[in-house]
Amino acid sequence: MAKTHLKMTVNGQAVETLAEPRELLIHVLREKLGIKGPHIGCETSHCGACTVDMDGKSVKACTVFAAQADGADVTTIEGLGGPDNLHVLQEMFREHHGLQCGYCTPGMITRAHRLLQENPNPSEEEVRFGMAGNLCRCTGYQNIVKAILAAAAEMAAAKEAAQ
Amino acid sequence: MNEMTPPKNERSAALKGLGTARKRVEDLRFTQGKGNYVDDIQQPGMLFGDFVRSPYAHARVKSINAEAALALPGVVAVLTAKDLEPLSLHWMPTLAGDKQMVLADGKVLFQGQEVAFVIAEDRYIAADAVELVEVDYEERPVLVDPMKAELPDAPVLREDIADTLEGAHGPRRHPNHIFTWEQGDKAATEAVIAEAPVVAEEMVYYHRTHPCPLETCGCVASMDKVNGKLTVWGTFQAPHVVRTVASLLSGIAEHNIRIISPDIGGGFGNKVGVYPGYVCSIVASIVTGKPVKWIEDRMENLMSTAFARDYWMKGKIAATADGKITGLWCHTTADHGAFDACADPTKFPAGFMNICTGSYDIPTAYLAVDGIYTNKAPGGVAYRCSFRVTEAAYFIERMIEVLAIKLGMDAAELRAKNFIRKDQFPYNSALGWEYDSGDYHTAWDKALKAVDYDGLRREQAERLEAFKRGETRKLMGIGLTHFTEIVGAGPVKNCDILGMGMFDSCEIRIHPTGSAIARLGTISQGQGHATTFAQILASETGIPADDITIEEGDTDTAPYGLGTYGSRSTPVAGAATALAGRKIRAKAQMIAAYLLEVHDNDIEWDVDRFVVKGAPERFKTMKEIAYAAYNQAIPGVEPGLEAVSYYDPPNMTYPFGAYICVLDIDVDTGEAEVRKFYALDDCGTRINPMIIEGQVHGGLTEALAIAMGQEIAYDEIGNVKTGTLMDFFLPTAWETPNYTTDYTETPSPHHPIGAKGVGESPNVGGVPCFSNAVNDAFRAFGLTHTQMPHDHWRIWKTAHDLGLHA
Repeated sequence: MAKTHLKMTVNGQAVETLAEPRELLIHVLREKLGIKGPHIGCETSHCGACTVDMDGKSVKACTVFAAQADGADVTTIEGLGGPDNLHVLQEMFREHHGLQCGYCTPGMITRAHRLLQENPNPSEEEVRFGMAGNLCRCTGYQNIVKAILAAAAEMAAAKEAAQ
Repeated sequence: MNEMTPPKNERSAALKGLGTARKRVEDLRFTQGKGNYVDDIQQPGMLFGDFVRSPYAHARVKSINAEAALALPGVVAVLTAKDLEPLSLHWMPTLAGDKQMVLADGKVLFQGQEVAFVIAEDRYIAADAVELVEVDYEERPVLVDPMKAELPDAPVLREDIADTLEGAHGPRRHPNHIFTWEQGDKAATEAVIAEAPVVAEEMVYYHRTHPCPLETCGCVASMDKVNGKLTVWGTFQAPHVVRTVASLLSGIAEHNIRIISPDIGGGFGNKVGVYPGYVCSIVASIVTGKPVKWIEDRMENLMSTAFARDYWMKGKIAATADGKITGLWCHTTADHGAFDACADPTKFPAGFMNICTGSYDIPTAYLAVDGIYTNKAPGGVAYRCSFRVTEAAYFIERMIEVLAIKLGMDAAELRAKNFIRKDQFPYNSALGWEYDSGDYHTAWDKALKAVDYDGLRREQAERLEAFKRGETRKLMGIGLTHFTEIVGAGPVKNCDILGMGMFDSCEIRIHPTGSAIARLGTISQGQGHATTFAQILASETGIPADDITIEEGDTDTAPYGLGTYGSRSTPVAGAATALAGRKIRAKAQMIAAYLLEVHDNDIEWDVDRFVVKGAPERFKTMKEIAYAAYNQAIPGVEPGLEAVSYYDPPNMTYPFGAYICVLDIDVDTGEAEVRKFYALDDCGTRINPMIIEGQVHGGLTEALAIAMGQEIAYDEIGNVKTGTLMDFFLPTAWETPNYTTDYTETPSPHHPIGAKGVGESPNVGGVPCFSNAVNDAFRAFGLTHTQMPHDHWRIWKTAHDLGLHA
């Protein structure tokens, strides 16, 4: 099948790749670009393990064609923070035991990041509603919610300190 | 020197040993997207396998034509049973003593069964080629209802063994019958029931469901023809057993097979079995000489690999007029699907279903289980439970409620009246188990008090009156459960899987500078072994947990073990870990005595060091001892500091718990909202309270799913109706309540550190608790029992049938 030349920004880096029109963004990220943080859990948009940020919105990369991401700015878990600059959400998920097998975690944190951009001071109910597109089979969510609320508080405190 | 020694409590805290809410070491890589799951594994030249699956539940396969598929550029091969037959791999043994088709051998027996395996250069081409394989089927009558399996007009499913009257577990009375398993005293139990003043009867169905971990099953098989080594990375909860099975099946010597379980994205029992995908990938790699990856999609996962439950449990429970239970009778019809692939220890074809006397002192009991073939997927795995323990707990906890209704008694009081008392442990149950330890009354009283049980019952009565007056359309249900599990399989004398005794192991190596690596026969799927096993070793050896690496899952490096399922890691491998640590300490004691120039008996262990008795200023820390072990010639002592322990548990462990749930039911919409959930768990000695709490939250949420909607449902011709996450209920953060956790601590008397295991308790206790709450909400309207799952429709229907919509 003929391939299309795609250009996008992934985690701040300009990347170019070739992909078939039917190829999914998750496969291009994982198999062509070696970005394996986002996972595949259902391939039907239900579980959210593949959640990435695309042009400032959470998308499920298992049901987005790579071609739809042409020209887009894509952020994955790898772009949020690393060993030398952990994102506060990454710290809080560990601090509050918000993960067990870790399979949903990259999508979960990437989604939480966007949620806190949209609503920096959410209530527990808003967190639960805003995270309902991401499934976790291990934690029962209670500690995920706790981690996100703690991260929101930390981010607010840091912002206040900066002002 | 003495002044420099930090106080005992500070040194102890620095170890982060037993009882510490230590943060997980796994989380740094998982939160940064640096886990290494099977689908992350890429190998040069790797091919992809994908299955052609049966659309029919029962059909003959008349022909398979792969020409068009093979003509597609990028397709390497298409395997069918004919290709596997010369290798004797078209069928494979199951864990339950049956055999299963790897690829359809002349017929298919369930929808989604593997028919052909396509191997292609990438996953897209493989999927295209699957569509191009033409299979000519001739449909056969379908058997979905196990109760109809032995009727005269029932189709014979397993023609391959239709004439075999003796099965792996004794005589078979019909071609669709697998086994009858009996425990207890039938005559005595029936006599007790015949004479009892009160007998309650019920058919309790625990519906078919699926573990559905977020990561599906998969593997990468790579046959290196140069050195003759086969490496398989896969989602294996029991990697060592997979190696042995792979060796026996393929004829490749066991030392030439390396099985690696990388990070596993949840297991819950789904990843215990050996599946056709693994066998086909290995064959494909041998045939093509290239690595072959096979990853299930979600629909394949739900349709073909490892369902759970599907037990029809008919029960009778007898009691005196004042509520003392005198006998329990149970007959279970177990729907095993098309092949008996249940993951149970060999001698237990119905697992530990005979724990169904639960937490109660029941003097006389009888259990019979009939295994039945139907046109459904094989499996019967322990979905977050020890073998069939969740079925047993659900059965007895429903029967107690049904009996309470019959007696007109409060169900909490009925339980307390019949609990095994603390002074009765070790307790021998009527169905053959020796319960190790327990203190049920203390736990129960603590739970009732914590939720203000009497206050809840008053509120419920007030709500009922308000409902009758037409002031509300919501009923209140109070769910009670006191469960007893049996986990940690198990003693080699009666527990084995495919002949391999169910011991487990730990091998520990102390490095010269006093840090360590330990390897175990288990494999974490999210339980946090790298964190908790280091805590056990820290307490045993005085080496800080942060200085101990835990490794599992690579059969080339880890000692042989039976893997992680049935809450066996802590009871079995955890015991091996503690004992390996003690061996390290025993050798360290000899070295310390030499260094301190005293007799072995003149020094004693103090947190992280050996101290000369009566002379606290004279000591050697484990760090100093480790260095000496490598750099000093000590007479009569080998250099190095290593130990290995294989642990054969003397008994199972028996964790227990008291759960109470409060929910509000809208009788017009059938919605149930969980308002309160209190979970008290007693798992013996607690290793990491944070991880225990996390396990309880997660297990309760899986219980919520199962009780309130999750099922694998079939229509009358064997079509799977719940094959995607649209239909198969997994709760989101929105539906999931907050839980309150609590504990009592009754150590296991036979476990080296007293730990019993906890990962599965919340699922075992949670399901009856949610279900009891739903049933309880309608008790005042004459409802005795209604079947799970309690989804909105079924709850609405219950309300409707009780006339509440009039």
